Amino acid sequence: MSEAYTSDEMMTVAAARMLRNGAVCFVGIGLPSTAANLARLTHAPDAVLVYESGPIGAKPTVLPLSIGDGNLAETADTVVSTPEIFRYWLQGGRIDVGFLGAAQLDKFANINTTVVGPYGRPTVRLPGAGGAPEISSSAKEVLIIVKQSKRTFVEKLDFVTSVGFLTGGNAREAAGLCGNGPAAVITDLCILRPDPDSRELKVTSIHWGVNRETIVANTGWRIGFADSCEKTPSPTAPELDTLRDLKARTAVVHGTPGDRE
Amino acid sequence: MAEWMTLAEAIAAHVHDGDTLAMEGFTHLIPFAAGHEVMRQGLRNLSLIRMTPDLIYDQLIGAGCAAKLTFSWGGNPGVGSLHRFRDAVENDWPSPLAIEERSHSDLANAYVAGAANLPFAVLRGYTGSDFPRVNRQIRSITCPFTGEVLAATPAVRTDVAVIHAQKADWKGNVLLWGILGVQKEAVLSAKRAIVTVEERVESLNAPPNACILPHWVVTAVCEVPRGATPSYAHGYYERDNVFYREWDRISRERERFSAWLDQHILKTRDFEEYLALQRDPLVQAVYQ
Repeated sequence: MSEAYTSDEMMTVAAARMLRNGAVCFVGIGLPSTAANLARLTHAPDAVLVYESGPIGAKPTVLPLSIGDGNLAETADTVVSTPEIFRYWLQGGRIDVGFLGAAQLDKFANINTTVVGPYGRPTVRLPGAGGAPEISSSAKEVLIIVKQSKRTFVEKLDFVTSVGFLTGGNAREAAGLCGNGPAAVITDLCILRPDPDSRELKVTSIHWGVNRETIVANTGWRIGFADSCEKTPSPTAPELDTLRDLKARTAVVHGTPGDRE
Repeated sequence: MAEWMTLAEAIAAHVHDGDTLAMEGFTHLIPFAAGHEVMRQGLRNLSLIRMTPDLIYDQLIGAGCAAKLTFSWGGNPGVGSLHRFRDAVENDWPSPLAIEERSHSDLANAYVAGAANLPFAVLRGYTGSDFPRVNRQIRSITCPFTGEVLAATPAVRTDVAVIHAQKADWKGNVLLWGILGVQKEAVLSAKRAIVTVEERVESLNAPPNACILPHWVVTAVCEVPRGATPSYAHGYYERDNVFYREWDRISRERERFSAWLDQHILKTRDFEEYLALQRDPLVQAVYQ
Protein backbone atom coordinates (compact mmCIF):
# COMPACT_ATOMS: atom_id res chain seq x y z
CA MET A 1 0.00 0.00 0.00
CA SER A 2 1.54 3.21 -1.13
CA GLU A 3 -0.75 5.73 0.48
CA ALA A 4 -0.99 6.52 4.19
CA TYR A 5 -4.46 6.58 5.72
CA THR A 6 -6.06 7.08 9.12
CA SER A 7 -7.87 4.48 11.20
CA ASP A 8 -11.08 6.48 10.71
CA GLU A 9 -10.65 6.25 6.94
CA MET A 10 -10.06 2.51 7.24
CA MET A 11 -13.28 2.20 9.25
CA THR A 12 -15.36 4.12 6.72
CA VAL A 13 -13.90 2.23 3.75
CA ALA A 14 -14.40 -1.16 5.43
CA ALA A 15 -18.01 -0.23 6.24
CA ALA A 16 -18.67 1.02 2.71
CA ARG A 17 -17.47 -2.28 1.23
CA MET A 18 -20.19 -4.12 3.19
CA LEU A 19 -22.97 -2.41 1.23
CA ARG A 20 -23.72 -4.42 -1.90
CA ASN A 21 -24.70 -2.73 -5.14
CA GLY A 22 -28.46 -2.42 -5.55
CA ALA A 23 -29.23 -2.77 -1.84
CA VAL A 24 -31.95 -0.57 -0.39
CA CYS A 25 -30.26 1.02 2.60
CA PHE A 26 -31.85 3.02 5.45
CA VAL A 27 -29.07 5.40 6.44
CA GLY A 28 -28.36 7.02 9.80
CA ILE A 29 -26.69 10.43 9.89
CA GLY A 30 -22.93 10.77 10.53
CA LEU A 31 -20.58 7.81 10.02
CA PRO A 32 -23.25 5.55 8.41
CA SER A 33 -24.11 8.26 5.89
CA THR A 34 -20.44 8.78 5.02
CA ALA A 35 -19.92 5.05 4.47
CA ALA A 36 -23.13 4.57 2.48
CA ASN A 37 -22.30 7.49 0.18
CA LEU A 38 -18.74 6.25 -0.30
CA ALA A 39 -20.22 2.89 -1.36
CA ARG A 40 -22.57 4.65 -3.79
CA LEU A 41 -19.66 6.62 -5.30
CA THR A 42 -17.43 3.52 -5.66
CA HIS A 43 -18.65 -0.06 -6.06
CA ALA A 44 -22.39 0.40 -5.40
CA PRO A 45 -23.75 3.09 -7.78
CA ASP A 46 -27.20 1.49 -7.70
CA ALA A 47 -27.53 1.39 -3.92
CA VAL A 48 -30.78 3.11 -2.92
CA LEU A 49 -30.19 5.42 0.04
CA VAL A 50 -33.23 6.10 2.21
CA TYR A 51 -33.13 8.76 4.94
CA GLU A 52 -35.70 8.90 7.74
CA SER A 53 -36.62 12.49 6.87
CA GLY A 54 -38.29 11.12 3.73
CA PRO A 55 -35.89 11.11 0.75
CA ILE A 56 -35.81 7.78 -1.11
CA GLY A 57 -32.95 7.22 -3.57
CA ALA A 58 -30.98 10.23 -2.34
CA LYS A 59 -27.74 10.94 -4.23
CA PRO A 60 -26.30 13.85 -2.23
CA THR A 61 -23.45 15.77 -3.83
CA VAL A 62 -21.98 16.47 -0.38
CA LEU A 63 -22.49 14.73 2.94
CA PRO A 64 -25.59 15.94 4.77
CA LEU A 65 -24.93 17.77 8.03
CA SER A 66 -28.45 17.04 9.25
CA ILE A 67 -30.81 14.19 8.49
CA GLY A 68 -33.10 16.54 6.58
CA ASP A 69 -30.71 18.59 4.44
CA GLY A 70 -32.27 20.06 1.30
CA ASN A 71 -29.65 18.39 -0.88
CA LEU A 72 -31.07 14.97 0.09
CA ALA A 73 -34.53 16.01 -1.11
CA GLU A 74 -33.24 17.62 -4.32
CA THR A 75 -31.28 14.53 -5.37
CA ALA A 76 -33.83 11.89 -4.34
CA ASP A 77 -36.09 9.84 -6.61
CA THR A 78 -38.99 10.85 -4.38
CA VAL A 79 -39.57 12.48 -1.01
CA VAL A 80 -42.30 11.10 1.24
CA SER A 81 -43.60 12.24 4.62
CA THR A 82 -42.06 10.98 7.85
CA PRO A 83 -45.04 8.75 8.73
CA GLU A 84 -44.88 7.21 5.26
CA ILE A 85 -41.16 6.48 5.44
CA PHE A 86 -41.60 4.56 8.69
CA ARG A 87 -44.92 2.89 7.88
CA TYR A 88 -44.78 1.91 4.21
CA TRP A 89 -41.06 1.67 3.56
CA LEU A 90 -39.43 0.49 6.80
CA GLN A 91 -42.22 -1.40 8.58
CA GLY A 92 -43.48 -2.49 5.17
CA GLY A 93 -40.36 -4.65 4.82
CA ARG A 94 -38.73 -2.79 1.91
CA ILE A 95 -35.36 -2.10 3.54
CA ASP A 96 -32.47 -4.52 2.88
CA VAL A 97 -29.87 -2.91 5.11
CA GLY A 98 -30.15 -0.60 8.10
CA PHE A 99 -26.92 1.34 8.60
CA LEU A 100 -26.54 2.59 12.18
CA GLY A 101 -24.10 4.22 14.58
CA ALA A 102 -23.99 3.69 18.35
CA ALA A 103 -22.94 5.42 21.56
CA GLN A 104 -22.65 2.14 23.49
CA LEU A 105 -22.73 -1.43 22.19
CA ASP A 106 -22.70 -4.78 24.02
CA LYS A 107 -21.44 -8.22 22.98
CA PHE A 108 -24.79 -9.09 21.37
CA ALA A 109 -24.78 -5.85 19.36
CA ASN A 110 -27.59 -4.24 21.32
CA ILE A 111 -27.26 -0.44 21.14
CA ASN A 112 -27.64 2.39 23.65
CA THR A 113 -28.11 5.95 22.40
CA THR A 114 -30.28 7.11 25.32
CA VAL A 115 -28.45 7.66 28.63
CA VAL A 116 -25.22 6.94 30.47
CA GLY A 117 -26.09 6.22 34.09
CA PRO A 118 -29.56 5.73 35.57
CA TYR A 119 -32.44 6.80 33.31
CA GLY A 120 -34.08 9.06 35.88
CA ARG A 121 -30.84 10.82 36.84
CA PRO A 122 -28.40 10.31 33.97
CA THR A 123 -24.75 11.34 34.13
CA VAL A 124 -24.93 11.92 30.36
CA ARG A 125 -28.17 12.48 28.52
CA LEU A 126 -27.68 11.21 24.94
CA PRO A 127 -29.98 12.23 22.03
CA GLY A 128 -32.21 9.16 22.22
CA ALA A 129 -33.78 6.78 19.73
CA GLY A 130 -34.52 8.58 16.50
CA GLY A 131 -35.40 5.92 13.96
CA ALA A 132 -32.94 3.32 15.24
CA PRO A 133 -35.22 0.99 17.28
CA GLU A 134 -37.44 0.21 14.30
CA ILE A 135 -34.54 0.18 11.83
CA SER A 136 -32.72 -2.39 13.96
CA SER A 137 -35.83 -4.53 14.25
CA SER A 138 -37.33 -4.22 10.75
CA ALA A 139 -34.44 -3.96 8.27
CA LYS A 140 -33.52 -7.34 6.78
CA GLU A 141 -30.00 -6.88 8.11
CA VAL A 142 -28.13 -4.23 10.07
CA LEU A 143 -24.62 -2.82 9.76
CA ILE A 144 -23.19 -0.87 12.69
CA ILE A 145 -20.28 1.53 12.39
CA VAL A 146 -18.71 2.78 15.63
CA LYS A 147 -15.31 3.71 17.02
CA GLN A 148 -14.06 1.06 19.40
CA SER A 149 -13.11 1.83 23.01
CA LYS A 150 -13.94 0.65 26.50
CA ARG A 151 -16.44 3.51 26.72
CA THR A 152 -18.35 2.32 23.66
CA PHE A 153 -17.88 -1.46 23.88
CA VAL A 154 -19.34 -2.25 27.29
CA GLU A 155 -20.20 -5.39 29.23
CA LYS A 156 -23.67 -4.08 30.09
CA LEU A 157 -25.64 -1.26 28.49
CA ASP A 158 -27.13 1.44 30.70
CA PHE A 159 -30.21 1.40 28.44
CA VAL A 160 -31.24 -0.81 25.51
CA THR A 161 -32.40 1.64 22.85
CA SER A 162 -32.17 -0.60 19.77
CA VAL A 163 -31.88 -4.36 19.79
CA GLY A 164 -29.27 -6.63 18.29
CA PHE A 165 -29.47 -10.23 19.44
CA LEU A 166 -30.88 -9.40 22.92
CA THR A 167 -29.42 -12.06 25.27
CA GLY A 168 -27.93 -14.10 22.45
CA GLY A 169 -28.71 -17.54 21.01
CA ASN A 170 -32.18 -17.51 19.45
CA ALA A 171 -33.50 -14.74 21.72
CA ARG A 172 -34.04 -12.40 18.78
CA GLU A 173 -36.12 -14.88 16.80
CA ALA A 174 -38.03 -15.88 19.94
CA ALA A 175 -38.99 -12.23 20.52
CA GLY A 176 -40.61 -12.19 17.09
CA LEU A 177 -38.42 -9.52 15.51
CA CYS A 178 -38.76 -9.38 11.72
CA GLY A 179 -35.24 -8.61 10.50
CA ASN A 180 -32.22 -10.86 10.85
CA GLY A 181 -30.31 -8.42 13.04
CA PRO A 182 -26.74 -7.14 12.88
CA ALA A 183 -24.61 -8.72 10.15
CA ALA A 184 -21.42 -6.89 11.08
CA VAL A 185 -19.96 -4.20 13.32
CA ILE A 186 -17.24 -2.14 11.68
CA THR A 187 -14.82 -0.22 13.91
CA ASP A 188 -11.58 1.69 13.53
CA LEU A 189 -9.72 -1.44 14.69
CA CYS A 190 -11.52 -4.42 13.18
CA ILE A 191 -14.67 -6.03 11.83
CA LEU A 192 -16.83 -8.10 14.16
CA ARG A 193 -19.55 -10.56 13.20
CA PRO A 194 -22.00 -12.51 15.34
CA ASP A 195 -21.12 -16.13 16.10
CA PRO A 196 -23.70 -18.30 14.26
CA ASP A 197 -24.82 -20.05 17.47
CA SER A 198 -24.17 -17.83 20.49
CA ARG A 199 -24.66 -14.63 18.43
CA GLU A 200 -21.85 -13.07 20.44
CA LEU A 201 -19.72 -10.64 18.42
CA LYS A 202 -16.36 -12.13 17.39
CA VAL A 203 -13.52 -10.40 15.61
CA THR A 204 -13.44 -11.74 12.06
CA SER A 205 -11.08 -9.26 10.40
CA ILE A 206 -8.33 -7.06 11.84
CA HIS A 207 -7.26 -3.84 10.13
CA TRP A 208 -3.59 -3.53 9.10
CA GLY A 209 -1.35 -2.14 11.83
CA VAL A 210 -3.71 -3.23 14.64
CA ASN A 211 -2.78 -6.08 16.98
CA ARG A 212 -5.02 -8.30 19.08
CA GLU A 213 -3.86 -6.73 22.34
CA THR A 214 -5.15 -3.33 21.19
CA ILE A 215 -8.57 -4.79 20.39
CA VAL A 216 -8.72 -6.58 23.78
CA ALA A 217 -7.67 -3.38 25.57
CA ASN A 218 -10.43 -1.41 23.82
CA THR A 219 -13.27 -3.83 24.54
CA GLY A 220 -15.25 -3.89 27.78
CA TRP A 221 -15.94 -7.62 27.63
CA ARG A 222 -13.73 -10.67 27.03
CA ILE A 223 -13.62 -10.40 23.27
CA GLY A 224 -13.24 -13.54 21.18
CA PHE A 225 -11.51 -13.95 17.82
CA ALA A 226 -12.88 -16.15 15.04
CA ASP A 227 -10.70 -19.10 14.03
CA SER A 228 -10.59 -17.76 10.49
CA CYS A 229 -9.71 -14.19 11.51
CA GLU A 230 -8.40 -12.25 8.50
CA LYS A 231 -6.55 -9.03 7.75
CA THR A 232 -8.79 -6.27 6.37
CA PRO A 233 -7.47 -5.18 2.96
CA SER A 234 -6.18 -1.61 3.21
CA PRO A 235 -8.08 1.16 1.44
CA THR A 236 -7.29 1.37 -2.27
CA ALA A 237 -6.20 4.62 -3.88
CA PRO A 238 -9.61 5.11 -5.60
CA GLU A 239 -11.45 4.46 -2.31
CA LEU A 240 -9.30 6.97 -0.44
CA ASP A 241 -9.46 9.57 -3.21
CA THR A 242 -13.24 9.32 -3.42
CA LEU A 243 -13.65 9.58 0.35
CA ARG A 244 -11.30 12.55 0.63
CA ASP A 245 -12.93 14.35 -2.31
CA LEU A 246 -16.34 13.84 -0.74
CA LYS A 247 -15.17 15.19 2.60
CA ALA A 248 -13.41 18.16 0.98
CA ARG A 249 -16.57 19.06 -1.00
CA THR A 250 -18.60 18.76 2.17
CA ALA A 251 -16.26 21.04 4.14
CA VAL A 252 -16.50 23.73 1.47
CA VAL A 253 -20.30 23.69 1.48
CA HIS A 254 -20.93 23.34 5.20
CA GLY A 255 -18.11 25.59 6.31
CA THR A 256 -19.85 28.65 4.88
CA PRO A 257 -23.00 30.46 6.00
CA GLY A 258 -26.05 28.65 4.66
CA ASP A 259 -27.62 31.59 2.90
CA ARG A 260 -27.69 31.90 -0.86
CA GLU A 261 -28.48 35.58 -0.62
CA MET B 1 -61.31 29.38 9.02
CA ALA B 2 -57.85 30.85 8.59
CA GLU B 3 -57.45 34.41 9.74
CA TRP B 4 -54.50 36.51 8.58
CA MET B 5 -52.82 38.26 11.51
CA THR B 6 -49.41 39.17 12.87
CA LEU B 7 -47.42 36.44 14.59
CA ALA B 8 -47.60 38.30 17.91
CA GLU B 9 -51.40 38.43 17.62
CA ALA B 10 -51.62 34.74 16.70
CA ILE B 11 -49.50 33.56 19.65
CA ALA B 12 -51.36 35.87 22.06
CA ALA B 13 -54.76 34.70 20.83
CA HIS B 14 -54.15 30.98 20.45
CA VAL B 15 -51.34 29.80 22.76
CA HIS B 16 -51.97 29.83 26.51
CA ASP B 17 -50.01 28.90 29.62
CA GLY B 18 -50.26 25.15 30.23
CA ASP B 19 -51.15 24.27 26.62
CA THR B 20 -49.95 21.14 24.86
CA LEU B 21 -48.01 22.50 21.91
CA ALA B 22 -46.43 20.84 18.88
CA MET B 23 -44.11 22.96 16.73
CA GLU B 24 -43.09 20.61 13.94
CA GLY B 25 -40.70 20.64 10.98
CA PHE B 26 -38.20 17.83 10.40
CA THR B 27 -34.92 19.80 10.11
CA HIS B 28 -36.69 21.74 7.34
CA LEU B 29 -39.28 24.53 7.90
CA ILE B 30 -38.83 24.67 11.67
CA PRO B 31 -41.05 27.53 12.94
CA PHE B 32 -38.32 29.45 14.77
CA ALA B 33 -40.01 32.86 14.52
CA ALA B 34 -43.06 31.44 16.32
CA GLY B 35 -40.82 29.84 18.95
CA HIS B 36 -39.19 33.21 19.60
CA GLU B 37 -42.59 34.85 19.99
CA VAL B 38 -43.62 32.21 22.56
CA MET B 39 -40.50 33.15 24.56
CA ARG B 40 -41.11 36.89 24.09
CA GLN B 41 -44.65 36.58 25.43
CA GLY B 42 -43.32 34.66 28.45
CA LEU B 43 -45.58 31.62 28.13
CA ARG B 44 -45.12 29.08 30.91
CA ASN B 45 -45.85 25.49 31.86
CA LEU B 46 -46.15 24.29 28.26
CA SER B 47 -46.27 20.59 27.37
CA LEU B 48 -44.04 20.50 24.31
CA ILE B 49 -44.16 17.77 21.67
CA ARG B 50 -41.67 17.51 18.82
CA MET B 51 -39.91 14.56 17.19
CA THR B 52 -36.57 16.40 17.18
CA PRO B 53 -36.54 19.17 19.82
CA ASP B 54 -33.73 20.85 17.83
CA LEU B 55 -32.62 24.37 18.73
CA ILE B 56 -36.20 25.66 18.81
CA TYR B 57 -37.13 23.65 21.91
CA ASP B 58 -33.65 23.98 23.42
CA GLN B 59 -34.39 27.72 23.43
CA LEU B 60 -37.90 27.33 24.88
CA ILE B 61 -36.64 24.95 27.59
CA GLY B 62 -33.78 27.28 28.53
CA ALA B 63 -36.21 30.22 28.62
CA GLY B 64 -38.34 28.38 31.19
CA CYS B 65 -41.43 27.95 28.99
CA ALA B 66 -41.67 24.16 29.27
CA ALA B 67 -42.91 21.80 31.99
CA LYS B 68 -42.85 18.66 29.85
CA LEU B 69 -41.20 17.45 26.66
CA THR B 70 -42.32 14.55 24.48
CA PHE B 71 -39.66 13.71 21.90
CA SER B 72 -37.83 11.02 19.98
CA TRP B 73 -34.37 12.45 19.16
CA GLY B 74 -32.87 15.28 21.19
CA GLY B 75 -29.59 16.38 19.64
CA ASN B 76 -28.17 19.35 17.73
CA PRO B 77 -28.10 17.81 14.21
CA GLY B 78 -24.57 17.51 12.88
CA VAL B 79 -23.14 19.27 15.94
CA GLY B 80 -23.78 17.40 19.21
CA SER B 81 -25.81 17.94 22.35
CA LEU B 82 -28.69 20.26 23.15
CA HIS B 83 -27.18 21.85 26.26
CA ARG B 84 -30.30 23.59 27.60
CA PHE B 85 -32.29 20.35 27.25
CA ARG B 86 -29.52 18.41 29.01
CA ASP B 87 -29.20 20.99 31.78
CA ALA B 88 -32.94 20.72 32.44
CA VAL B 89 -32.90 16.90 32.46
CA GLU B 90 -29.62 16.51 34.37
CA ASN B 91 -29.86 19.51 36.76
CA ASP B 92 -33.47 20.79 36.72
CA TRP B 93 -32.35 24.18 35.31
CA PRO B 94 -34.14 26.56 34.94
CA SER B 95 -36.90 24.26 36.22
CA PRO B 96 -37.59 20.51 36.28
CA LEU B 97 -38.57 19.08 32.90
CA ALA B 98 -40.72 15.95 32.72
CA ILE B 99 -39.84 13.87 29.69
CA GLU B 100 -41.83 11.36 27.69
CA GLU B 101 -39.47 9.57 25.39
CA ARG B 102 -40.55 7.65 22.29
CA SER B 103 -39.06 6.58 18.94
CA HIS B 104 -39.43 8.44 15.63
CA SER B 105 -41.58 5.68 14.21
CA ASP B 106 -43.84 5.75 17.27
CA LEU B 107 -44.32 9.52 17.28
CA ALA B 108 -44.92 9.60 13.52
CA ASN B 109 -47.56 6.88 13.93
CA ALA B 110 -49.02 8.69 16.95
CA TYR B 111 -49.45 11.90 14.93
CA VAL B 112 -51.23 9.88 12.23
CA ALA B 113 -53.54 8.41 14.89
CA GLY B 114 -54.26 11.90 16.21
CA ALA B 115 -55.01 13.21 12.72
CA ALA B 116 -57.30 10.21 12.12
CA ASN B 117 -59.12 10.83 15.42
CA LEU B 118 -58.08 7.43 16.78
CA PRO B 119 -57.09 6.97 20.43
CA PHE B 120 -53.83 5.11 19.83
CA ALA B 121 -51.20 4.12 17.31
CA VAL B 122 -50.26 0.54 16.42
CA LEU B 123 -46.81 -0.35 15.20
CA ARG B 124 -44.11 -3.00 15.22
CA GLY B 125 -41.73 -1.38 17.62
CA TYR B 126 -39.90 -1.40 20.92
CA THR B 127 -39.61 -5.20 21.12
CA GLY B 128 -36.74 -6.05 23.47
CA SER B 129 -35.91 -2.41 24.24
CA ASP B 130 -35.97 -0.66 27.62
CA PHE B 131 -38.51 2.01 26.53
CA PRO B 132 -41.62 0.37 28.02
CA ARG B 133 -39.77 0.19 31.36
CA VAL B 134 -39.38 4.00 31.53
CA ASN B 135 -42.47 5.10 29.59
CA ARG B 136 -45.62 3.39 30.91
CA GLN B 137 -47.57 4.83 27.98
CA ILE B 138 -45.86 2.31 25.71
CA ARG B 139 -48.08 -0.76 25.89
CA SER B 140 -49.07 -3.64 23.64
CA ILE B 141 -52.11 -4.97 21.85
CA THR B 142 -52.80 -8.39 20.37
CA CYS B 143 -54.02 -8.47 16.78
CA PRO B 144 -57.51 -10.06 16.80
CA PHE B 145 -56.87 -11.66 13.41
CA THR B 146 -53.33 -13.06 13.63
CA GLY B 147 -52.50 -13.03 17.34
CA GLU B 148 -49.40 -10.91 16.71
CA VAL B 149 -48.46 -8.70 19.65
CA LEU B 150 -47.86 -5.10 18.55
CA ALA B 151 -46.87 -1.89 20.32
CA ALA B 152 -49.77 0.43 21.19
CA THR B 153 -49.05 4.04 22.11
CA PRO B 154 -51.29 7.04 22.75
CA ALA B 155 -52.23 9.30 19.85
CA VAL B 156 -50.76 12.79 19.77
CA ARG B 157 -53.52 15.30 20.47
CA THR B 158 -52.56 18.87 21.09
CA ASP B 159 -54.14 22.19 21.93
CA VAL B 160 -52.04 23.98 19.34
CA ALA B 161 -49.84 23.03 16.39
CA VAL B 162 -47.46 25.54 14.85
CA ILE B 163 -45.75 24.98 11.51
CA HIS B 164 -43.94 27.07 8.91
CA ALA B 165 -44.65 26.71 5.18
CA GLN B 166 -43.58 28.29 1.92
CA LYS B 167 -46.82 29.93 0.75
CA ALA B 168 -50.39 30.75 1.60
CA ASP B 169 -53.01 32.40 -0.59
CA TRP B 170 -55.29 35.23 0.50
CA LYS B 171 -57.86 32.77 1.87
CA GLY B 172 -55.22 31.02 3.99
CA ASN B 173 -54.78 27.82 1.99
CA VAL B 174 -51.23 26.67 2.81
CA LEU B 175 -48.72 25.01 0.47
CA LEU B 176 -45.51 23.31 1.56
CA TRP B 177 -43.00 21.15 -0.27
CA GLY B 178 -39.62 19.44 0.18
CA ILE B 179 -39.09 17.44 3.33
CA LEU B 180 -42.58 17.35 4.82
CA GLY B 181 -41.98 15.65 8.17
CA VAL B 182 -45.19 15.30 10.18
CA GLN B 183 -46.50 18.83 9.68
CA LYS B 184 -49.77 17.87 8.03
CA GLU B 185 -50.49 15.33 10.78
CA ALA B 186 -49.47 17.86 13.46
CA VAL B 187 -52.02 20.38 12.16
CA LEU B 188 -54.78 17.78 11.82
CA SER B 189 -54.25 16.42 15.35
CA ALA B 190 -54.46 19.88 16.98
CA LYS B 191 -57.45 21.88 18.20
CA ARG B 192 -55.91 25.08 16.82
CA ALA B 193 -53.23 25.55 14.17
CA ILE B 194 -50.97 28.53 13.53
CA VAL B 195 -49.07 28.61 10.24
CA THR B 196 -46.30 31.07 9.43
CA VAL B 197 -45.38 31.39 5.74
CA GLU B 198 -42.59 32.81 3.64
CA GLU B 199 -45.02 34.73 1.47
CA ARG B 200 -48.64 35.56 0.86
CA VAL B 201 -49.61 35.02 -2.78
CA GLU B 202 -52.68 35.55 -4.94
CA SER B 203 -52.80 31.91 -6.08
CA LEU B 204 -50.85 28.81 -5.01
CA ASN B 205 -50.70 27.47 -8.59
CA ALA B 206 -50.04 24.02 -7.16
CA PRO B 207 -50.39 20.75 -9.07
CA PRO B 208 -52.89 18.12 -7.92
CA ASN B 209 -51.56 16.04 -4.97
CA ALA B 210 -49.39 18.87 -3.72
CA CYS B 211 -49.24 19.08 0.07
CA ILE B 212 -51.90 21.67 0.78
CA LEU B 213 -53.63 22.41 4.06
CA PRO B 214 -57.07 23.86 3.25
CA HIS B 215 -57.78 27.20 4.90
CA TRP B 216 -60.56 25.75 7.04
CA VAL B 217 -58.15 23.52 9.04
CA VAL B 218 -55.87 26.47 9.79
CA THR B 219 -56.75 28.89 12.62
CA ALA B 220 -54.26 31.68 12.01
CA VAL B 221 -51.83 32.38 9.19
CA CYS B 222 -48.99 34.89 9.44
CA GLU B 223 -46.57 36.19 6.85
CA VAL B 224 -43.08 35.86 8.36
CA PRO B 225 -40.35 35.92 5.71
CA ARG B 226 -37.32 33.80 6.73
CA GLY B 227 -39.42 32.59 9.68
CA ALA B 228 -37.75 29.17 9.65
CA THR B 229 -34.18 30.43 9.91
CA PRO B 230 -31.70 29.10 11.11
CA SER B 231 -33.37 25.99 9.62
CA TYR B 232 -34.24 26.33 5.96
CA ALA B 233 -37.14 26.82 3.57
CA HIS B 234 -36.77 24.81 0.38
CA GLY B 235 -36.71 27.18 -2.59
CA TYR B 236 -36.13 30.25 -0.40
CA TYR B 237 -32.99 29.98 1.72
CA GLU B 238 -30.58 27.37 3.01
CA ARG B 239 -29.86 26.08 6.48
CA ASP B 240 -27.62 28.38 8.52
CA ASN B 241 -25.12 25.74 9.59
CA VAL B 242 -22.87 28.38 11.13
CA PHE B 243 -25.61 29.30 13.60
CA TYR B 244 -26.27 25.64 14.44
CA ARG B 245 -22.58 25.28 15.31
CA GLU B 246 -22.52 28.61 17.13
CA TRP B 247 -25.52 27.53 19.21
CA ASP B 248 -23.25 24.94 20.82
CA ARG B 249 -21.24 27.81 22.29
CA ILE B 250 -24.15 30.14 23.02
CA SER B 251 -26.10 27.48 24.89
CA ARG B 252 -23.30 25.61 26.69
CA GLU B 253 -23.22 27.87 29.79
CA ARG B 254 -26.28 29.31 31.53
CA GLU B 255 -24.83 32.81 31.69
CA ARG B 256 -24.15 33.17 27.99
CA PHE B 257 -27.49 31.62 27.09
CA SER B 258 -29.30 34.04 29.40
CA ALA B 259 -27.48 36.97 27.83
CA TRP B 260 -28.45 35.70 24.35
CA LEU B 261 -32.08 35.29 25.42
CA ASP B 262 -32.15 38.80 26.79
CA GLN B 263 -30.41 40.53 23.88
CA HIS B 264 -31.76 38.56 20.92
CA ILE B 265 -35.28 37.62 22.00
CA LEU B 266 -36.62 39.57 24.97
CA LYS B 267 -35.19 42.92 23.84
CA THR B 268 -36.18 42.57 20.18
CA ARG B 269 -39.70 43.61 19.20
CA ASP B 270 -40.30 40.89 16.60
CA PHE B 271 -38.59 38.45 14.25
CA GLU B 272 -37.71 41.21 11.79
CA GLU B 273 -35.77 43.00 14.50
CA TYR B 274 -34.13 39.71 15.51
CA LEU B 275 -33.02 39.18 11.89
CA ALA B 276 -31.66 42.72 11.70
CA LEU B 277 -29.66 42.05 14.85
CA GLN B 278 -28.16 38.90 13.25
CA ARG B 279 -26.80 41.13 10.45
CA ASP B 280 -25.13 43.47 12.96
CA PRO B 281 -21.35 43.31 12.35
CA LEU B 282 -20.70 42.93 16.07
CA VAL B 283 -23.01 39.92 16.31
CA GLN B 284 -21.56 38.49 13.09
CA ALA B 285 -18.07 38.80 14.50
CA VAL B 286 -19.10 36.76 17.53
CA TYR B 287 -20.64 34.04 15.31
CA GLN B 288 -17.61 33.51 13.08
